[in-house]
Amino acid sequence: MTAQASPLATKAPAPATNPPAGPPKSKRRGRRSIFVRRPFFTVSLIVALAYLLAAIFAPYVAPYDPVLQSYDAMMQPPTAAHPMGTDSYGQDILSRTIFGARFALIIGFFSVIIGAVGGLVIGLAAGLSGGWVEWGLMRLIDSILALPSLILAVAFIAILGQGVDKVVIAVGLSMIGPFSRTVRADVMRVRVQGFVEAARLMSIPSLQVVWRHVLPNVIFPLAVQVTIRISEAILVSSSLSFLGIGVTPPTPDWGLMIAEGRDFVSFAPWMSAMPGFALALLLIALSIVGDGIREEFDPKGRRGA
Amino acid sequence: MNALPEPKAQTAPTPGAAVFELIEVEKTFQIRPPGRRFTRETVGLKALDGVRLRVDKGTSLALVGESGSGKSTLLRVLLGLDAPTGGRALYHGRPIREARAIGRDFARDVAMVYQDARGSLDPRMTIEALIAEPLRHFNIVPKDQIKSRVAELLNRVGLPTDAARRYPAGLSGGQVRRVAIARALASEPSVLVADEAVSGLDVSTQAQLLTLLRRLQKDMGLTLVFITHDLGVASYLCEEIAIMYLGRIVETGPTDAVLNAPAHPYAAALRAAAPRFFEPMPDPLPGEIPSPLDLPKGCRFSTRCPAAQPDCQTRDPQLGRFGPARAVACFHPLASPET
Repeated sequence: MTAQASPLATKAPAPATNPPAGPPKSKRRGRRSIFVRRPFFTVSLIVALAYLLAAIFAPYVAPYDPVLQSYDAMMQPPTAAHPMGTDSYGQDILSRTIFGARFALIIGFFSVIIGAVGGLVIGLAAGLSGGWVEWGLMRLIDSILALPSLILAVAFIAILGQGVDKVVIAVGLSMIGPFSRTVRADVMRVRVQGFVEAARLMSIPSLQVVWRHVLPNVIFPLAVQVTIRISEAILVSSSLSFLGIGVTPPTPDWGLMIAEGRDFVSFAPWMSAMPGFALALLLIALSIVGDGIREEFDPKGRRGA
Repeated sequence: MNALPEPKAQTAPTPGAAVFELIEVEKTFQIRPPGRRFTRETVGLKALDGVRLRVDKGTSLALVGESGSGKSTLLRVLLGLDAPTGGRALYHGRPIREARAIGRDFARDVAMVYQDARGSLDPRMTIEALIAEPLRHFNIVPKDQIKSRVAELLNRVGLPTDAARRYPAGLSGGQVRRVAIARALASEPSVLVADEAVSGLDVSTQAQLLTLLRRLQKDMGLTLVFITHDLGVASYLCEEIAIMYLGRIVETGPTDAVLNAPAHPYAAALRAAAPRFFEPMPDPLPGEIPSPLDLPKGCRFSTRCPAAQPDCQTRDPQLGRFGPARAVACFHPLASPET
């Protein structure tokens, strides 16, 4: 008689300690600005934005025409007139670096978009279909992943030919592999979760379930991937240019500039060092920004509005 | 038990008002034999084996059993997520799978509160969006009234209105269960199926939720199917109880009667195993629950039954009448049917 009802039927006497009074106050603490909490993120974001602005307003920021050659100013070390020196054609390296940011960011951004969209489509299809379709798609992805993205991009360049647009496509295609793998993993993780079954139980059509419940839970991790992989895309495109199969000279591209300076590196090291430094700084900044966004928007840490 | 008499037995079951009726329902899963991973042959695992159950309109039924007794499978059959491999599962006299396939009425009428309440809520949606989803999907209220209806539902389950703007991650376990209940109630169902809706919570929160569920059931005239392994919860909340063992219901009847004088030895063992204040833990049932792949011959409980007789090992008892309101699947019931 006593056993089955006692602990529940009678309202349990209030425990000695007060129950946690809901989460109302604590959320203020979490509202401290991300910029204060993450100084490295802030600095990196400023650096990345500076690159972006320099790229957009390159004609106004750059002191010289990036492809203006001058016999009077060949291979000058950094001076007041040419803060980063000049190259073997007398072109101003600062101006070329600023215009180079344009190509780097354009290539990085658009190729990652191609990779992300392609990866999203393939990953969603593979994760949702199962069976033979999934098997086939994943073997396709495996074969893409078997080659490093640089080798793959070289192969695509060999098919497509040279030029900025071709580089974008080649790098983008070579990034579909890793993107679709992460998307598929996320889809498989999400689709077995209770809220997807709950939606099905409510007899919500499956396309709507995918659109409303699966996609949002997949797209956020994907967006984080995008920010991280932009730097990889830039690196691959610069490598292509360095190898002389990316963009064609005299386009002011960092990889190309590094390659051009290579022959003079013993007595004019600024020719390779300046664009190399610009590339390294941008890649580091983008990586830190991407990491910061990933840690900040982790759904597990997401609390009240 | 005397302390809480009022909500029970408020509706006398009228014949013909069965919401769910399960007739000899079987569910067999084809699996690879354990320990042999590289074979193509499969063996049938009977998760449900001859389940007879009837849930009348407006009643509350507790489904009790050990882990692996088939509670969750039975639930999936009730919800139309799995088709039974044998027997018939009826909802208002029509096969459940058919009722589900026809349209949204079944989905609207039968709502579910998941055991994993947090997992059943999309972490990227606010509480308001989560509760508004069924409102919108089933066209319960016009668009401009959704906000106020969400507030009303939150209020009904005892959550503050400002919870609407938060995400599930920002709520405590008890609050998340309330949200899940509010969401289930949003479609204005007549049947609420709850899977372990209060397990894993501290006792005071459990008590609050149980009070809430009982009040809701009473106020809205809900039919409640409540899966639990806690007999205390079952006796507090539900008029009827069904005790499962290895895929079969071994005893059903009014909760009080069954728990006060269990007829099936397994029900008696469950009842005795419930922890009590100021008393040492009773001896558990001997042995493990047998594998459903290798059911004992005769009565499936005979291997662990303290009152097993020789005929228990040869014949399999079916769920049969035991007094006016009870049924038991045992040849040698412990109690005598009340007349």
